[in-house]
Amino acid sequence: MARMTMIEAVRSAMDVSMARNDDVVVFGEDVGYFGGVFRCTQGLQAKYGKTRCFDTPINESGILGAAIGMAAYGLKPCVEIQFADYMYPAYDQITQEAARIRYRSNGDFTCPIVVRMPTGGGIFGGQTHSQSPEALFTHVCGLKVIVPSNPYDAKGLLISAIEDPDPVIFLEPKRLYNGPFDGHHEKPVTPWSKHEQGEVPEGYYTIPIGKADIRRQGSAVTVVAYGTMVHVALAATEETGIDAEVIDLRSLAPIDLATIVQSVQKTGRCVVVHEATLTSGFGGEVAALVQEHCFYHLEAPVVRVAGWDTPYPHAQEWDYFPGPARVGRALAEVMEG
Amino acid sequence: MGDFAPLSLHVPEPAVRPGGAPDFSNVKIPKAGSVPRPIVDVAPEEIRDLAYSIIRVLNRDGEAVGPWAGVLTDEEILTGLRDMMRLRAFDARMLMAQRQGKTSFYMQHLGEEAVSCAFRKALDKGDMNFPTYRQAGLLIADGYPMVEMMNQIFSNEADPLRGRQLPIMYSSKEHGFFTISGNLATQYVQAVGWAMASAIKSDGKIAAAWIGDGSTAESDFHSALVFASTYKAPVILNIVNNQWAISTFQGIARGGSGTFAARGLGFGIPALRVDGNDYLAVYAVAKWAAERARRNLGPTVIEYVTYRVGAHSTSDDPSAYRPKTESESWPLGDPVLRLKKHLIIRGVWSEERHAQAEAEILDEVIQAQKEAEGHGTLHAGGRPSVRDIFEGVYAEMPAHIRRQRQKAGY
Ligand SMILES: Cc1ncc(C[n+]2csc(CCOP(=O)(O)OP(=O)(O)O)c2C)c(N)n1
Repeated sequence: MARMTMIEAVRSAMDVSMARNDDVVVFGEDVGYFGGVFRCTQGLQAKYGKTRCFDTPINESGILGAAIGMAAYGLKPCVEIQFADYMYPAYDQITQEAARIRYRSNGDFTCPIVVRMPTGGGIFGGQTHSQSPEALFTHVCGLKVIVPSNPYDAKGLLISAIEDPDPVIFLEPKRLYNGPFDGHHEKPVTPWSKHEQGEVPEGYYTIPIGKADIRRQGSAVTVVAYGTMVHVALAATEETGIDAEVIDLRSLAPIDLATIVQSVQKTGRCVVVHEATLTSGFGGEVAALVQEHCFYHLEAPVVRVAGWDTPYPHAQEWDYFPGPARVGRALAEVMEG
Repeated sequence: MGDFAPLSLHVPEPAVRPGGAPDFSNVKIPKAGSVPRPIVDVAPEEIRDLAYSIIRVLNRDGEAVGPWAGVLTDEEILTGLRDMMRLRAFDARMLMAQRQGKTSFYMQHLGEEAVSCAFRKALDKGDMNFPTYRQAGLLIADGYPMVEMMNQIFSNEADPLRGRQLPIMYSSKEHGFFTISGNLATQYVQAVGWAMASAIKSDGKIAAAWIGDGSTAESDFHSALVFASTYKAPVILNIVNNQWAISTFQGIARGGSGTFAARGLGFGIPALRVDGNDYLAVYAVAKWAAERARRNLGPTVIEYVTYRVGAHSTSDDPSAYRPKTESESWPLGDPVLRLKKHLIIRGVWSEERHAQAEAEILDEVIQAQKEAEGHGTLHAGGRPSVRDIFEGVYAEMPAHIRRQRQKAGY
């Protein structure tokens, strides 16, 4: 065991995977020599050589197009998009190509790629370094979508993603890269080294894709969250004193419906929290599933807490970011319902 | 404002529109045999002229002349002629089948048969094409069964793609034919990635990317050139310039660059133009580029100068945007007739044998069609199961798709 930040855990996952399988290749803008702007790939080029970890031109559709071709050849590309905000030039390659190659060729060709991208706000990134585009991917059939909330999960899930036979979108909440976060930006962040989930095995292990994690048992209300919002939900639970059950989805596609349903049938109440804008966000999907599967157990309408339906602001990001206070108010609201 | 006249937008126009007299005076055609054949490891900057000329082997008299001639045997050329004739007969039957309502859609190759048929012969088993919808010749020339192609076109119960793809969007890994995307240009860069993978693995296999003249305007075309030149990928970057992108003439995508091949020059990639209606020239140039790729010398851009004689697809009416007789004035002739003439003066073919071959091929196509129709057509007979809708989205079916399949009753 070692103490790792999420950055180190992500790097370790690639390292372990590259060591186990010569076909795993890692590339993207600045990921080779420099090790990526967040240093997630630091040291990989020195260790595995320039043909296994390399820099690319600043051309996202090129990165994805090349990855798809490599996967068709038989390699396992794990590519980095520098910020999720810059995946849009590659969106066509991801959603129209990678996602459908298996289906349209009836399995003749497959596309086992991983697309890593830092997501989310809380780092004063402004409009173009803060977006959470997960719903743009969960809507697309053929993709798997993962959002880890801690180093331990990040490593186990990323290894699973690299081994997965299908294309996986791996969204890394950059607010969590260095430590957990309870939504109080004025408080210093406790580093992962002081957190139990910063304890990460150095070697190989996996966490299955499609399994949620119950981060706190509770009986009064179910909070469904993922990524940074898991920490915010836990903080809100503590601050309000409401006995909430907090579910960390980990995989959005496929989603662990059974865990959500079991929990909501027990608690009878549900709050969904995410950072992305509210309208047509992934929370709508969760709320619909809860409605379909738990209607007769519900004692209050499902409430969603999300970013506002505006572009991500720079100076006011702490008013945009759903913090423990907003989640707390939502908890109180469903408890009254 | 001072000395300047007001600005005006330049919108390129073809030389003539319907009703006018076809005019190809702008297509400068060098004499067959006049363009030099450089050594394969030539420095790209030494052959910039080749991006503006047209490599030709077959002259007007049907002789094979010049430095690019003489690379194929009688037997190989005869096979090439038969491949092109097969593709043409196949097209004619499938076009008819579409008109008879046996399928929804078809795209033909009329006039462009030499490009894909000859190119396939320059590749080896294990190489990979990333084709567009107008390279079925790659499959025909590789011996892929016509029945399978028809099963796909009819979306019948024997369709290898289970009715999921638009007709003619074939896929065959075994025959080096990557699954076709309907989104133009996306696959150009995928081909480069495949080639990069082959280089990473120190393999001997090469890739071929395909695109039409109109689609070179897509950003993925430019992404592909960036990646191919950066990593010197073992890939052949093919551009089929058939003059038209649906109703849009080639000048719209090309702008003022002179030729499509010239796009490669800024990337330091050797770029050649070839007579796309000359089977021997296409083969020789493709072979040259393949050798460069295999010798680790990197990518080559090839522009095939040709003409789309047929409609863009069965949904298109070309007489609405170009003179009806334009195809007859195409100065580079018909690829089948040109190769036929060459074989006749070579002394290994005759009008009689040609007519006989035509009859045999028609018979072969009709037999294949009967067999395929035995499995059903789009609106009649056997169809892939509705169950197939739900299979193969992922390697393993996730619970939500299983629930939906059950809801659909399967
Ligand atoms: C991204 C995208 N945009 C538009 C289309 C519609 N479309 C299909 S074929 C075509 C023309 C392509 O022309 P060209 O590249 O010259 O190829 P050709 O048909 O002449 O062989 C267009 C616009 C498409 N399939 N994909």
